[in-house]
Amino acid sequence: MSHVHDHDADHESVYAGLTGGDDSRWAFGTDFEDPLAGIDTTLPDGVDAAALSQYCLMLGDDALIYSHRLSQWASNAPDLEEDIALANVALDLLGQARLLLVRAAAADGDLVPALPEGSPVPDEDALAFFRDEAAFRNVRFVEPENGDFAVTMARLLVFSTFRLAVMQRLVGSHDTVLSAIAAKAVKELTYHRDYAGRWFLTLAQGTGESRRRLLAALTLVWPLYDELFRTHPVEALLAEQGVGVDPAAVADDVAVLLEQVFSVSGTDRPDVPAAGPVGTGMGRDGMHSEAMGPLLAEMQVVARAHPSGRW
Amino acid sequence: MSGQAQPRAGAEPVEAEWPLYEIFVRGKRGLNHVHVGSLHAADDEMALRHARDVYTRRNEGVSIWAVRAALVAASSPDEKDPLFAPANDKIYRHPTFYAIPDDVPHM
Repeated sequence: MSHVHDHDADHESVYAGLTGGDDSRWAFGTDFEDPLAGIDTTLPDGVDAAALSQYCLMLGDDALIYSHRLSQWASNAPDLEEDIALANVALDLLGQARLLLVRAAAADGDLVPALPEGSPVPDEDALAFFRDEAAFRNVRFVEPENGDFAVTMARLLVFSTFRLAVMQRLVGSHDTVLSAIAAKAVKELTYHRDYAGRWFLTLAQGTGESRRRLLAALTLVWPLYDELFRTHPVEALLAEQGVGVDPAAVADDVAVLLEQVFSVSGTDRPDVPAAGPVGTGMGRDGMHSEAMGPLLAEMQVVARAHPSGRW
Repeated sequence: MSGQAQPRAGAEPVEAEWPLYEIFVRGKRGLNHVHVGSLHAADDEMALRHARDVYTRRNEGVSIWAVRAALVAASSPDEKDPLFAPANDKIYRHPTFYAIPDDVPHM
């Protein structure tokens, strides 16, 4: 994720070369902001570091895995503009994942997979590319194949509505880093939800074919909906400590918001049974769906082939 | 969306392609909106969203104008000489023959 120069210096601040100063470059985009500038990164008192680390993995893995899935639209979207829009969403989520995995590694370094002596791979990359499937803590909702454009929009609407509700509460976290990450994520997810919501409406009220596909998409996406709001013990613990958010607490808000979209678009909340557990658990327990293995293989293969690679 | 749409019986003919929009962005430090390019969108609102996604993803702007390309009245290249050539030797139309005080900006 950094260039050929001094790796450590680049890693300290990827914004250093891009922030402010040069008026002549305004048309190319300047004044980038580091979302963690001025934030105290020490661990808050009275918080279980191992639990905080696990919690950051959960939120980070949701974003990482979904980001990878959405990035598979690149060059395949219906037109150039949607191609870039989806890539932007994927990159927003990748940015959130990066910050959260950095936090996970800072809270509990034991989680980070061991790499060869002298490997320049930063902790967040080691977590993303060198963990095995069972160590991922994302919900299964983000794992399935993208399907067609309608499936992608239905899934994105539900996911961004859910994640936005969580992040809005996480802004109040006692962990100043999580709070700052959440504040940044809220702005991004608000756009993602708006983007997916508009398409949801357009497809629902478009042609007979677009509506047929959207209704099929909702039915396809819905079995993994309930898992989003299932509280893992780590989430319960951190919610109690004022650091994390209990996903069950946002279930009603999410349902109300989605109901509004359903109502305006003339669709109904699907009536399909929830997917059961995989063996003894679900995504947050490291138990994933069939789609997860191939996704990880594609995402991790290059990094694993070069464990001492410099990117 | 891909130009494959065919008119269906009994329905409004479906346009083969979304209309073209011209996009203007005001940079953070720019004084005015600058033309940055064009894109296709189904309507004005989608044009703004697409412009945000395509033209401001590197922190380029704080404001967007989207204008349907068909609504832009444009001069024709054929008229270049009668329209513009007469101005190219009228150097006296520039206020360069006056002394400008040092504290007058933007001149």
